[in-house]
Amino acid sequence: METVLRSASREVVISPQHPFCIIGERINPTGRKLFQEQLRRGDLSRIEIDVAQQLAGGAMVLDVNMGAPLADEAELMVAAVKLIQGLTDLPLCIDSSIVEVLDAGLAAYEGKALVNSVTAEDERLEAILPLVKKYGAAVIALPNDEKEIPEDPRQRLDLARKIIDVATGRFGIPAEDIVIDPLAMPVGADTSLVVKTMETISLLREEFGVNTTLGASNVSFGMPDRHAIGAAFLPMAIATGLTSAILDARAPQIVRAVQAADLLLDRDPWGASWIAAHRAAQAQAQQAQRAQEQAAT
Amino acid sequence: MTQEELLRQLYDFTLVGNAPEVLSLTNAGLEMGLGPEILLYEALIPSLEEVGARFERGDFFVPEMLIAGKAMAGALEILRPLLAETGAQSIGTIVMGTVKGDVHDIGKNLVNIMFEGAGFQVIDLGVQVAPEKFIDAIRQHQPDIVGFSAFLTTTMPMFKANINALQKAGLRDKVIVMVGGAPVTQEYADVVGADGYAADASAAVVRAKELLQKRRAMTPA
Repeated sequence: METVLRSASREVVISPQHPFCIIGERINPTGRKLFQEQLRRGDLSRIEIDVAQQLAGGAMVLDVNMGAPLADEAELMVAAVKLIQGLTDLPLCIDSSIVEVLDAGLAAYEGKALVNSVTAEDERLEAILPLVKKYGAAVIALPNDEKEIPEDPRQRLDLARKIIDVATGRFGIPAEDIVIDPLAMPVGADTSLVVKTMETISLLREEFGVNTTLGASNVSFGMPDRHAIGAAFLPMAIATGLTSAILDARAPQIVRAVQAADLLLDRDPWGASWIAAHRAAQAQAQQAQRAQEQAAT
Repeated sequence: MTQEELLRQLYDFTLVGNAPEVLSLTNAGLEMGLGPEILLYEALIPSLEEVGARFERGDFFVPEMLIAGKAMAGALEILRPLLAETGAQSIGTIVMGTVKGDVHDIGKNLVNIMFEGAGFQVIDLGVQVAPEKFIDAIRQHQPDIVGFSAFLTTTMPMFKANINALQKAGLRDKVIVMVGGAPVTQEYADVVGADGYAADASAAVVRAKELLQKRRAMTPA
């Protein structure tokens, strides 16, 4: 199944046959005090740096979350979407838990966006799926309901089925535009949780063949050497069937691990992308060295 | 083993979260004639405080905090009934819950551990806790503190809804309100009219103790 995302001029495909889709997580004020203050003042300048860094790091889609407390999130979302679409042609993932913010962001967006996210809660399905349909977007769906985030992969599968049934049956959203999040939980909280995430990925692939995504940084929460954990987790999840992830695209250790997984799983013919990325890094290092030498003389 | 050695070992084994050793040392201490409050206040609580301090410094990580909390919880199961018999006062009682609409519980559970570790009685209402449920629990348990946890910007407004419900029920002045969760800030806590906020679990305990002290100093016993 192919999930196609678009900006005004670029198309990105999420599928098991394509390179793993790296969704940059950085444009999000959660836990970033300075960024929150800037956003409250309406200062979006930090976003330019976040876009540039993630672009350089290898992001293929950018997640945009403007959830700063005490700010007008809808207004910020519209401004951010317009700003970012002026800076890059990468497709965007419009991320908010507020329906009006999603609506405003999708209205401002040019292309086919990814919506982050809907859950299996009836109220959320009723509110968000009409927007997905209206704007012809794709949507990330989380298999949790009013009661809980189920630990059992089979229960997650049941909730995923509910979402897919409602989205395709009632709202006419094609199954390929539903990207299921198997729910990545922190391994530090319980070392059995990530195994369950992987089981869920594999079940989703077998049962529905849908594309999948997850917040990869969740996995290493509360642990030291987080990038090393991400770099081990993602290739394992990719081998299990994961087709995209929201991750720290500024971390070369993680991005290179993902690219290596693509190479090893035969999604990079002749290793051309792997080698090209190596050359680009080499050229950059040489340039930096030359600049340093020039500065010294 | 002298009493001092036992307390030292109890402290050390709690620090590394060795639950079986903590349990047997607790029993051994009681047999030796050490009172439950001695074991609690001179070994277990200082040990969990050290865990919290190390966590805050970045020297300890989430699993280490969880396992230490678990080891202490095992000892508390033995000590609690004994402490009740001696009429010893707990430091305070806190009712905790993740607000309605929100199912995230990992952060809240870490906070619970640190509160238990500091000698508080923790009543955990779980996730998706509606305002009425908080009110009922406050009426039933008469806690010193109520803690609201939220992980989403959409569920944070439940802090205000809960506080309004407390006001309506005439309970707002009876209890200290603390709020927290990934997207929450001090500023937000102030705006919704909470009494306290902290950025992480061990800071939450420090803040709670400050707030309790302030309140107890104000109200004559």
